[in-house]
Amino acid sequence: MSDEAPPVRARGLVKRYDDVLAVDHIDLNVRSGDVYGFLGPNGAGKTTTLRMALGLITPTEGVVELFGRDPLRYGARALEGVAGFVEGPRFYPYLSARKNLELLAALDGDGAAGRIDEVLEVVELSPRARHRVGGYSHGMRQRLGIAAALLRRPRLLILDEPATGLDPAGMRDMRQLIRGLAGEGITVLLSSHQLPEVQDLCDRVAIVDSGRVVYEGALADLRRQGGAGYRMRTTDDGRALELARAQTGIDHAASGAHGVHFQAQERDVGELSLALAGAGVGILALTPELATLEDLFFRLTEGNGAQGSQASASGSPGEDGPGAASSAPAPEERAVEIG
Amino acid sequence: MSSAAVSSPAAAAPRTAHARRPSTLTVYRWELRKLVSQKRTYLGLALVVILPLFFVVFQNVHQRHDHGADNIFASQITQSGLATPVLMLLFLSVFMLPLAASLVAGDIVAAEDGNGTLKTILTRSVNRGQVFAAKTMAAMTYAAVAVFLSAGVATVAGIASWGFHSVRSFSGTVVSAPEALLLVFASNAIYLIPLLTIAGFGVLLSTATRNSAAAVVGTIGLVILLFIVAQIPGLEGIRPYLVTEQFENWHGLLRTPTDWAPIAHSAWVCALYLVPSLFAAYLIFLRRDVAGG
Repeated sequence: MSDEAPPVRARGLVKRYDDVLAVDHIDLNVRSGDVYGFLGPNGAGKTTTLRMALGLITPTEGVVELFGRDPLRYGARALEGVAGFVEGPRFYPYLSARKNLELLAALDGDGAAGRIDEVLEVVELSPRARHRVGGYSHGMRQRLGIAAALLRRPRLLILDEPATGLDPAGMRDMRQLIRGLAGEGITVLLSSHQLPEVQDLCDRVAIVDSGRVVYEGALADLRRQGGAGYRMRTTDDGRALELARAQTGIDHAASGAHGVHFQAQERDVGELSLALAGAGVGILALTPELATLEDLFFRLTEGNGAQGSQASASGSPGEDGPGAASSAPAPEERAVEIG
Repeated sequence: MSSAAVSSPAAAAPRTAHARRPSTLTVYRWELRKLVSQKRTYLGLALVVILPLFFVVFQNVHQRHDHGADNIFASQITQSGLATPVLMLLFLSVFMLPLAASLVAGDIVAAEDGNGTLKTILTRSVNRGQVFAAKTMAAMTYAAVAVFLSAGVATVAGIASWGFHSVRSFSGTVVSAPEALLLVFASNAIYLIPLLTIAGFGVLLSTATRNSAAAVVGTIGLVILLFIVAQIPGLEGIRPYLVTEQFENWHGLLRTPTDWAPIAHSAWVCALYLVPSLFAAYLIFLRRDVAGG
């Protein structure tokens, strides 16, 4: 329970509701300073995992610790320095935003009441602070949720779909806010369906499917593992495509509007360039293209790829062995998200 | 959420290792403030205020003096305003005051569950035990407010209509007006013993069912059920141990000399209901999964 303890560390987390396995031996390692994306399709077990992290529900097995403290054992003390919301922030509709924050500040203590004006300013709700939350739009409630979290001056911010229901400007502002908070040293655990948002913000991710982690590690490593793609323009794209298809180690070669696309390891690209030169085909441009998070997400969570592509960045420095990813066989039962 | 605002220091400074956490009293105060802010809170209070007023107005309009000899306070209704709160307690104690207490007790946990706000308050710096204690105290405070508000309105309306005069007690002895006033409020305080037990049962149902309507109806259903049980021939032996039979425990105060036996009996009988109810509710609240909202 020292300051060196990681913000979130989960080991073998299981949640079972009768016959339904919502979370199946999830391991997570959120490090200090991470902007950590927590991804998965609906029903994958993300929200259930976050609820267990916040001590709202009891794991069937396993343990989750926040800064080294298990919420079940330490109660509210485990949430010191932790803030956020799961499945959308909820407030008392018959109270104004300010009164809601006053209530939450009273439940926080530690001078939180003195920060109300400040956090209302941050989320730009000051002009509407005296209006009842019952009349607020979804986006305004999301912003109020952020304000309520900031009241606690968190070191770890847990956000479950914070951009849901926001308009494009609101989503942009939310991204800026999260980036700004991360820049101030706050660790962010971000559960989101907005894959471009996660790709833009997060440095590490966990992808869950059917209640299990199918990848955990650095986003950059995941994208590298996804296979490097290349785009090439030549003096003779038709001939280049023929040569690429004939070359060992070059996969998925195809021509498109912007030249020839293929996937290959770096050394095979070198071989191809020599072959092209030997055939008298000049290379005008050769651009590496990393797979997008969206491509990788669907590869990991859909069809055969869901289980067949279980991967991790376990080779990366500092990664805990068991926490890197689950390597157990595919679960036969489909997990559903409860609550 | 402007980019300029992002650099606000609000989130910058890390908290100290062990921040001072709020007291249960703080949580309780906010529970009361939440009750005060909700319209439904006033429904129960309106019921127990309107009925005494209606009774006094009706009596004034009809100018009835003979109310039968079955109740000594009924026969004194126009002789002293202090008979009014006693009669009102007699009438309201059976159903209306338990109903008012149930409206809040049955709602106090379940409503938060339904609205999803339970997760909001349980992810702050207070423990579940504190939240439960504060909610229970708030529900019981409401029940007490309902009882004394009703008694206050009935007393003021009665005195305004028929004056501040001495009354005769159940034993037939004359009690001076100031002493009778004191006894009126003491009787209401004694009546709180079974009423708070009903409220405690409401809190249990509210915690266990997570459904406001089920908890409120269930609590009132229990009151009705116990009244029915009390009427079943052959079950006379258990009648003294039913909570609903304790609703008349305060009669002992209005006898000369004061009969403390029914009050003491009611205290331990109610404790037998209240303590296990609240303990069960506490355990459920502590261990439950907050998966709603």
